[in-house]
Amino acid sequence: MKLKNDDGSWNPYIAGVLLGVLAIVSVFATTQLIGKTEYLGASTTFVRAAGLIEQTIAPGHVAANEYFTKTKVAIDWQFMLVLGIFLGSLISSLSDKSFSSKGVPPMWSKEFGPSIAFRAVAAFVGGLVLILGARMAGGCLSGHMLSGLMKLSVSGFVAAAVFFGFAALAARIIWRKS
Amino acid sequence: MTTTLWLGLIAGILFGVLLQKGRAVRFDKLVGMIRLRDMTVLKLMLSAILVGMVGIYALFDLNLIAISHNSMNVGGIIVGGVLFGIGWSITGYCPSTAFGALGEGRWDAVFAILGMLAGAAIYAELYPFFKSTVLAWSDFGKIGLPEALGVSPWLIIFVFWVGTIALFSWFEKKKL
Repeated sequence: MKLKNDDGSWNPYIAGVLLGVLAIVSVFATTQLIGKTEYLGASTTFVRAAGLIEQTIAPGHVAANEYFTKTKVAIDWQFMLVLGIFLGSLISSLSDKSFSSKGVPPMWSKEFGPSIAFRAVAAFVGGLVLILGARMAGGCLSGHMLSGLMKLSVSGFVAAAVFFGFAALAARIIWRKS
Repeated sequence: MTTTLWLGLIAGILFGVLLQKGRAVRFDKLVGMIRLRDMTVLKLMLSAILVGMVGIYALFDLNLIAISHNSMNVGGIIVGGVLFGIGWSITGYCPSTAFGALGEGRWDAVFAILGMLAGAAIYAELYPFFKSTVLAWSDFGKIGLPEALGVSPWLIIFVFWVGTIALFSWFEKKKL
């Protein structure tokens, strides 16, 4: 078993173990230092970001919205976590030279062709449907599966099964050629 | 910046480095997983869960942290999970990996992120409707598997470890 591959990527088991350690340290540090236990997650941040953007146009509308009020539109721990993911990935990919400016993933191109416009529309529509689902379910792969299973939440087990089951089913229908 | 925001940023940077080094932010890896061809992302996630669950329950047993479960809302998780699965198979990124993908230059993630922002705004508008329909069907609340089954969390962790290690060895045998 190789720890590091020739392209600079790490063995996924090793990266995973380190991610597990990070989750534990983060849960402990937030509890001790800020008195609130924060688990890794990402999808609520999109609600807060949407609220912050809408606030610049229609602050009254955001203030009157039940879901925005419940979620609290503000920059919080998870918001910074999501921005940090971008920075971390940027630093990491520049350091091992895996950074590459690309608009169409290779696997996508094989199945649907090199059109950037088609890929952009699909990425947008897919993202829209995905987040509707994530908010309805109360979490995404990070919040429900990663953190939910670590905590042994019943919801984590059910969500992981439904997320994967339907993603695999939809993938079978969508991806036919390659 | 407050301590809360600094802690979030530091954890996020490390999270981003690990996801990127494990190549888990890549479209081909995420879609490769749901096409059951490349289990890189699942190996990473399950390894993190194996380690994380032991640490979390050890800290919990030492009274050092609190465990707050996500709600087991049946309609929300089933209907939401179906939508999530379908959206994921098209967009190829999930909320955290979309930002990671953008960080390594895969700029189609910008459109995924814009779609997610639009979806979040739409969800906020439709929330009263979902609250009175899908989310109102059946809610078991914030329950954990140990309480639901009436067994020790360590028994569940042990079984989860055995099952996951077996799955890993199968992945390696099949070169997934």
